[in-house]
Amino acid sequence: MPPIDIAARVIANARLSSDYSVLSLAAPDVGARTLPGQFVMVKPEGVTDPLLRRPFSVFEVLRDPQGVIIGISILNKKAGRSTRRLYDLEVGDVVSCLGPLGQPFKTVASPTRAWMVAGGVGLAPFATLAESLAASKTETTLFYGARTGEELFYLDFFERLGVTLVLTTENGARGTKGRVTLPLEAELKALAAGDRAMVYACGPEPMLEAVAKLAAHYHQPSQVSVERVMGCGLGGCYSCVVPVKHGGENANLVRSCISGPVFDGAELVWE
Amino acid sequence: MTPDLSVSIGSLKLPNPLIAASGCFGYGLEYEHVVDLSLLGGIVSKGLFMKERQGHPPPRIVETPAGMINAIGLQGIGVHRFVKEKLPLLRERGARTFVNVCGTTLDEYVEVCKVLSDAEGVAAIELNISCPNIKEGGIQFGCSLHGTFDVVSAVRKATSLPVIPKLTPNVTDVASFAKAAEDAGADAVSLVNTFLAMAIDVETRRPKISNVLGGLSGPAIRPIAVRMVWECYQLVKIPVIGMGGITDARDVLEFMLAGSTAVQIGTQNFVDPFVWTKVLDSLKDYMTRHNVARLSDLIGAFDPTPPKATHP
Repeated sequence: MPPIDIAARVIANARLSSDYSVLSLAAPDVGARTLPGQFVMVKPEGVTDPLLRRPFSVFEVLRDPQGVIIGISILNKKAGRSTRRLYDLEVGDVVSCLGPLGQPFKTVASPTRAWMVAGGVGLAPFATLAESLAASKTETTLFYGARTGEELFYLDFFERLGVTLVLTTENGARGTKGRVTLPLEAELKALAAGDRAMVYACGPEPMLEAVAKLAAHYHQPSQVSVERVMGCGLGGCYSCVVPVKHGGENANLVRSCISGPVFDGAELVWE
Repeated sequence: MTPDLSVSIGSLKLPNPLIAASGCFGYGLEYEHVVDLSLLGGIVSKGLFMKERQGHPPPRIVETPAGMINAIGLQGIGVHRFVKEKLPLLRERGARTFVNVCGTTLDEYVEVCKVLSDAEGVAAIELNISCPNIKEGGIQFGCSLHGTFDVVSAVRKATSLPVIPKLTPNVTDVASFAKAAEDAGADAVSLVNTFLAMAIDVETRRPKISNVLGGLSGPAIRPIAVRMVWECYQLVKIPVIGMGGITDARDVLEFMLAGSTAVQIGTQNFVDPFVWTKVLDSLKDYMTRHNVARLSDLIGAFDPTPPKATHP
């Protein structure tokens, strides 16, 4: 489906913490086209600061009580000027929303298990993926790491879908203390011969690298969603390139907006 | 009466003056699912050398006030792959394709142009002598009057396609470069390429893009670009293709009044890939409101009478 651009009204901007918010946008046509793992390019409507849009994974496809799609949400974490502006938006403000864009996750089905590994704001693409996996009754686990217990969001959402939660925090306040890759490796190690798990990952680049390498080490496939500074989202500017292997050792820079943001973890070259 | 938006660049007739700027529109095909490529006056390909190029490591862009700095480093597929893989499809889509030609040497410019001359479906050659982001070639021609004259002359002899050098604003007097290009046989000039710029992360004290230096584009540069177009328009007889921070129809009109025959839109296409039809509709509205039958009548129609000091 080709992307569309919508001047989307802010339906809600739920502040989950002093850094995180879930920004809900009235963009039903974008929601109806979105596949898990795809993204939108957004910015407040009609301003030159920020000038460029910013890429966000579609977090939720929003539905009314009758199940009719009314829009999408994005999981926003304050990191710079643009994300601060988005955090401060109020109901009724208007956001330019272009999408859906990019390559979605490839879903799996039983007996292959789905293991989603999220670091911080990297939770974003997994709500829609979990819904899709739940619909196909795929056994799904979310390995979810955050700095603190207060930054583990939407746990009830995933529990309602029947997703098994494995939580870690840096301070140990909730779940296991330490990195999310620790319990992931334990589970990978515990897989019986012949068992298969698709490992999905989104989060900080060192986490993505660690997850992709762990999956490869234990002979399991992985799909990682990368984030790069992006200018256009459509392949026009060549700013969001990532190095990938194409059979040989020579890295080849491809645009993560159109060839990604989801890549086969074994295809990426880690710098 | 249907408003006539067509413009002519030498023998090349375009249905309207809107051209997608090089480096801002991929090879055109990336955008075919959001805009009918035949609706644009033309598109300019990414810069092409003889061979493929990887470009600079990321980060390659950073946003700045009302603009952005880029140092992509001319990542590209090379002219042969372009002719084989992209050009036939662009022809099928009805795109008027300008090819942005790069070179590390004068000979390479000539060779790339020869390849394009033998291909079917190239509307014109835009000679990239102004990319600020790579050390070898390009800018060394664009920052010297002799270099500009020499490379345009050499290419002029090698092809019968319209030759349009793209000028850098990073010189003291851009109009003299337009004149050198005209004297060497250029069919038109396009300007401006980006302004050499840099941005520093004060937290880390490091550059915000990997190449340290890059080119500034976007609305921030528009008034300077308009001034430069006006200077060139007054000095040369060949058409001027203006660009620099155009976001809407009013900006297009400003460039045309300053002397642009056609305009290019770059950074705004990143912000809004649907900009093209919006601008075309607004141009038609303007023509109706101002009773302008032919848009080309506005080229250079700027009235330098000082404005009144009082608010209207």
